[in-house]
Amino acid sequence: MYTKPIPQADDESREFYDGARRHELMLMRCRACRAWRLPSRPRCPDCWSTDTEWARASGRGTLYSFGIMHQKFPGFEADTPFQYAVVELDEGPRIVSNVVDVPPDGLRVDMPLLAVFDDVSGDTTLIRFTKAAA
Amino acid sequence: MAHELRAKAAITGLGISDMGRVYGHDAQHFAAEAIQRAVADAGLKKEDIDGLLVNPGVTPVGGMGGVGLQNYLGLTHLRLLSSMNVGGATANAMVQYAAMAVIHGMANHVVCVFADAPLREGRGGGAAYAGMGRSARPSGMSGLYSAFGVFGVNAHYALATRRHMAMYGTTGDQLGAIAVAQRQWAAKNPIAEHREPLTIDDYRASRWVAEPLRLLDCCLVSNGGVAVIVSRAGDAKALRQPPAYIWGMGQGHPGDMRRKGWDVETQTGAPMSKKTAFAMAGIGVQDVDVLQAYDCYTYTVLVTLEDYGFCAKGEGGPFVADGKLAPGGSLPSNTGGGQLSAYYMWGMTPLSEAIIQARGQGGERQVPKHDVVLVTGNGGILDHHSTLVLSPNPS
Repeated sequence: MYTKPIPQADDESREFYDGARRHELMLMRCRACRAWRLPSRPRCPDCWSTDTEWARASGRGTLYSFGIMHQKFPGFEADTPFQYAVVELDEGPRIVSNVVDVPPDGLRVDMPLLAVFDDVSGDTTLIRFTKAAA
Repeated sequence: MAHELRAKAAITGLGISDMGRVYGHDAQHFAAEAIQRAVADAGLKKEDIDGLLVNPGVTPVGGMGGVGLQNYLGLTHLRLLSSMNVGGATANAMVQYAAMAVIHGMANHVVCVFADAPLREGRGGGAAYAGMGRSARPSGMSGLYSAFGVFGVNAHYALATRRHMAMYGTTGDQLGAIAVAQRQWAAKNPIAEHREPLTIDDYRASRWVAEPLRLLDCCLVSNGGVAVIVSRAGDAKALRQPPAYIWGMGQGHPGDMRRKGWDVETQTGAPMSKKTAFAMAGIGVQDVDVLQAYDCYTYTVLVTLEDYGFCAKGEGGPFVADGKLAPGGSLPSNTGGGQLSAYYMWGMTPLSEAIIQARGQGGERQVPKHDVVLVTGNGGILDHHSTLVLSPNPS
């Protein structure tokens, strides 16, 4: 049984979570200055335009940093310590996630990663990352 | 030509409440106790206080705009009142706003106070902070933090520390050297919570909190309060204590676009803050006699040393490894033990020790040459930085 917190979409993040369910990594993009952004917010922090679209990202990125959490939190008891990561997407924005199918001593900051989609419940998919093929 | 704000204000009072694992009181009690002691320390009367700036911690104090604390203390003729929060950068920031207010005649004696009471008997020190950002039903983009277990400040500082290690080869033992040096200072501070000896082996044996951070990389959590009083330099000489003149003030808030090319984890707002403060003070980094560096984690000290130019970017690890921050070292730093070993009062920890050193009241831990005392504040996840340059000298 999946015990960890399941994030609920709100109006500003619905496209992101719906995209994940379709196994697509969706990001916001400013239609005025073309800058990608995450988290999703109605106003572009670069040019302040509210003219916004959602677009599919490549799913490629690099490992910006990672940690191994040893503190116990509700829902995470069974697999603590656990790894968490910040991934810098090729489009620019950074996303909170984790890296799967790589042993702990195989993790390297700046290593190339690729998004994988984990259907953790009937209506929620989490975007994790794995080592990209060289 | 000296900067128009240089040494025009001074810190004239310091009050430290009963501190640490003190139970049975709320933050307002600690704030009031600290203020009462600061007013007595300065040789002022309650009626002299005409400004109050309040920095709440994680438990409430002061109410909206500080009026709750104002009324609790019966301060009935304030000309300046506010509640402020830029995390651990607030203490220095409050002093800066207070200094500008007194210099320009908006108030005469402004109390700046931080107080918090997150500790409860029988509960671990970390419990009050670790749950930050946790929600049973997380929603929106921030729900990703909950989904992946990225809770509390430890998780974020671990990411910053890891990034620095990967970029520059910084090691755990180098971080440990900071913890060991500060404990050596704490042994000489009667009000430090941890005065027992600490070796690098003790550091290596301490448990992981969030790798690469060990327990001994993390600050304490304390109950207590600290208050300081800011007055015009011209009024300071007549008061009870040796004034700590405010030579320089600055802040840096670089923002975080959370994308490629934006590396506040390893390049903080400190250079921006330093530039303003050092230009005002008319000093360079080589002039600093004593450093009180914000130390929520060992890593925060390391990155601060780099960002002030005590060493080059990336060389913080080797810089601290030889013990130069410790008693007898060439850069006496966090001389009361800091937040790692003495007490965790956010930016008031480095500020309070800076005042003690500037006054020459450090007793066993007093640094003989203390003409220029640098105080740094850091708030959020390296989001906010603030700088004060203090001196016992009026010019």
